[in-house]
Amino acid sequence: MKLKTFPAGIHPPDNKHWSAHLPVEDCSLPQELVVPLSQHIGAPAEVCVEKGDRVGKGQVVGNAKGFVSVPVHASTSGEVIAVEPRLHPTGRALPSVVISADGEDAWSEDLREADPDRLSPDEVRDRIRAAGIVGMGGATFPAHVKLSPPGEKPIDTLILNGVECEPYLTSDHRVMLEETEKVLEGAAILQRLLGAERICIGIEANKPDAIEVMEKACVDRDIEVVPLKVKYPQGAERQLILAITGREVPSGALPMEVGCVVQNVGTAAAIVDAVRHGRPLIERVATVTGTAVRQPKNLRVRIGTSLAHLTEQCGGLAKEPAKIIMGGPMMGQTQLSLEVPVVRGTSGLLLFAEGDVPLRPEGPCIRCGQCVRACPARIMPTTISAYARLDLYDEAEEFGALDCIECGCCTYVCPSTISLVQGIRTAKGAIMAKKRKL
Amino acid sequence: MIESVLSLGGIGLVAAVTLGLAARKFAVEVDPRELAILDVLSGANCGACGYPGCAAFAKAVSEGEASASLCTPGGSETIEKVAHIMGVDAKIQAPQVAVVLCQGDNVKAGSKYRYLGIEDCVAAQKIADGPKECPGGCLGMGTCSRVCPFDAIEMTEEGLAVISREKCTGCRKCVSACPRQVIKMTPLEATVHVLCNSHDKGGQVRKYCQIGCIACQICKKAAPEAYVIENFLATVDYDHYQQAGPAVDKCPTKCIRDFVDGYPEGSSFIPPAVPVKHDAA
Repeated sequence: MKLKTFPAGIHPPDNKHWSAHLPVEDCSLPQELVVPLSQHIGAPAEVCVEKGDRVGKGQVVGNAKGFVSVPVHASTSGEVIAVEPRLHPTGRALPSVVISADGEDAWSEDLREADPDRLSPDEVRDRIRAAGIVGMGGATFPAHVKLSPPGEKPIDTLILNGVECEPYLTSDHRVMLEETEKVLEGAAILQRLLGAERICIGIEANKPDAIEVMEKACVDRDIEVVPLKVKYPQGAERQLILAITGREVPSGALPMEVGCVVQNVGTAAAIVDAVRHGRPLIERVATVTGTAVRQPKNLRVRIGTSLAHLTEQCGGLAKEPAKIIMGGPMMGQTQLSLEVPVVRGTSGLLLFAEGDVPLRPEGPCIRCGQCVRACPARIMPTTISAYARLDLYDEAEEFGALDCIECGCCTYVCPSTISLVQGIRTAKGAIMAKKRKL
Repeated sequence: MIESVLSLGGIGLVAAVTLGLAARKFAVEVDPRELAILDVLSGANCGACGYPGCAAFAKAVSEGEASASLCTPGGSETIEKVAHIMGVDAKIQAPQVAVVLCQGDNVKAGSKYRYLGIEDCVAAQKIADGPKECPGGCLGMGTCSRVCPFDAIEMTEEGLAVISREKCTGCRKCVSACPRQVIKMTPLEATVHVLCNSHDKGGQVRKYCQIGCIACQICKKAAPEAYVIENFLATVDYDHYQQAGPAVDKCPTKCIRDFVDGYPEGSSFIPPAVPVKHDAA
């Protein structure tokens, strides 16, 4: 059978064999947790606790501010020892709630159980929002926003994203193997909420065990498991919709325009906890791997745990890390230190030693067109980046700078190692700033 | 022979008459003041006035939309001339120059990480607020020198922007281009400046920069009128810049500088030919 996929894209070595076979382990609870108030796309949460307050596990410490925002919760029970700016994965010091764990790890008493079948769609959405569920693939877009399509845009297809196209990462893979039933239950809740007729689970062919387990579990359910050809960035929303349904999301539009909603498999599992048990998103599965770590592992880790604690759980550092990446190597964020906390979008932690990351100086563009061929958004990265460097942002916009999904394919294939994505990102920032001004 | 001369000449004559008539009939009326203003402007098309080039500015002034004093690069002379053409009083401000309030180049100031991306301050600032450990210091990638229409900004080899006081016309392009707001407009007459832009506490500044302001108050003691210390950073109070001189030699970190004595290390700019004297009382 010919496997489905999307046009363009690249084939980086996936290096998933280091951790793909390892079952998820519980990461021990650290003494101190740093919970940033900004862990999602949209307005940061507003702090609602003070220094000295006692908090229960799952208690709200920051309220959502605006529609595109979600609350933030305490990841364990204990005492709030500070509310202050701390180093955030973005590299800035951002307001965070620092909690000293009391070791009891007792759930807050405010959490209410519920039967998902008896809740109205609005109640389900409210519970998802109150639990702070965001897209867990890494983009951290608040889930309730995606699940509130306006009436004139009916959703017919729900796609669960089990692609995990980023090299090295295996957290979604393990979730699919170990929490199959939970993922499928989450899919059922989402289906009822959206009224979608069709549910698909997209999984890349490099995870044959996950495909097999999912297919077996879906035998008597109306869910399609769609094996996909291995290619990066298949897990990107638009590319996944194109691969599975053949529909192309128009430029500047959202997936709901073509009747699709995409949710990560980890998000689906978290939604079950939120809707059934009222439990907020306070832990997630993250892959810790790379050449500088002793034992790569898949860990179930509390939000707010420092990256240093994660590496300790994995036998410590084998070598001095020269590059620390939160997330995957293609789209992840490089970190300034291991003191940064795990946030809701932390799908992995990659540690590389000096020399593992090849460094070549940037050369001139030789007009080879490799970036254009690789670009899944079908824009011309070299042209846009060149315009961005000359501050010609109007021209960059004309060439579709805003369609860039920042997947990094162009930079990866560029034989002159030009930082194309960075150029386009600068242009996007300038264009958006200009639009806000108008 | 004679036919060709006559026919070509005829065509020429008809064309000339048509063009002549068209030029009369479709003539575009231009305010003579607009042309006169365009004549006195420098023609650098720098955009400091906020209009796309000198022609657009001249049009705006003649239509009464813009004030003559917007042409800062032209200086008082140009502003006076434009005001004279328009028949209004010139509002002349003291000439200003831009100054980079930082001396922490790649040697003197530490960095948080190794930056390998595009050599552009705006792009670098987006990544964890820039590679420099100091939150306010010059990133040294030359974004300001690229936007300067007058070629007045040079980048030293150690990665620091230095602005020539002679070439700078005060157009403010660099001020708006700098992502860290380290370039400030100052009166040309004032030659003493505190070259630091970090609001961190002294101890922290010492950790990452050899030449930053540590807010030790010594300048304030040497010249109480001329300095203001706010948020752990000393700045010259430009209303009293004449009294700023005595603190220059007292500053323990050497971050107060008199540009009459020359430019920061590594710069090839020479001191102004006619030094502006400050009152060293």
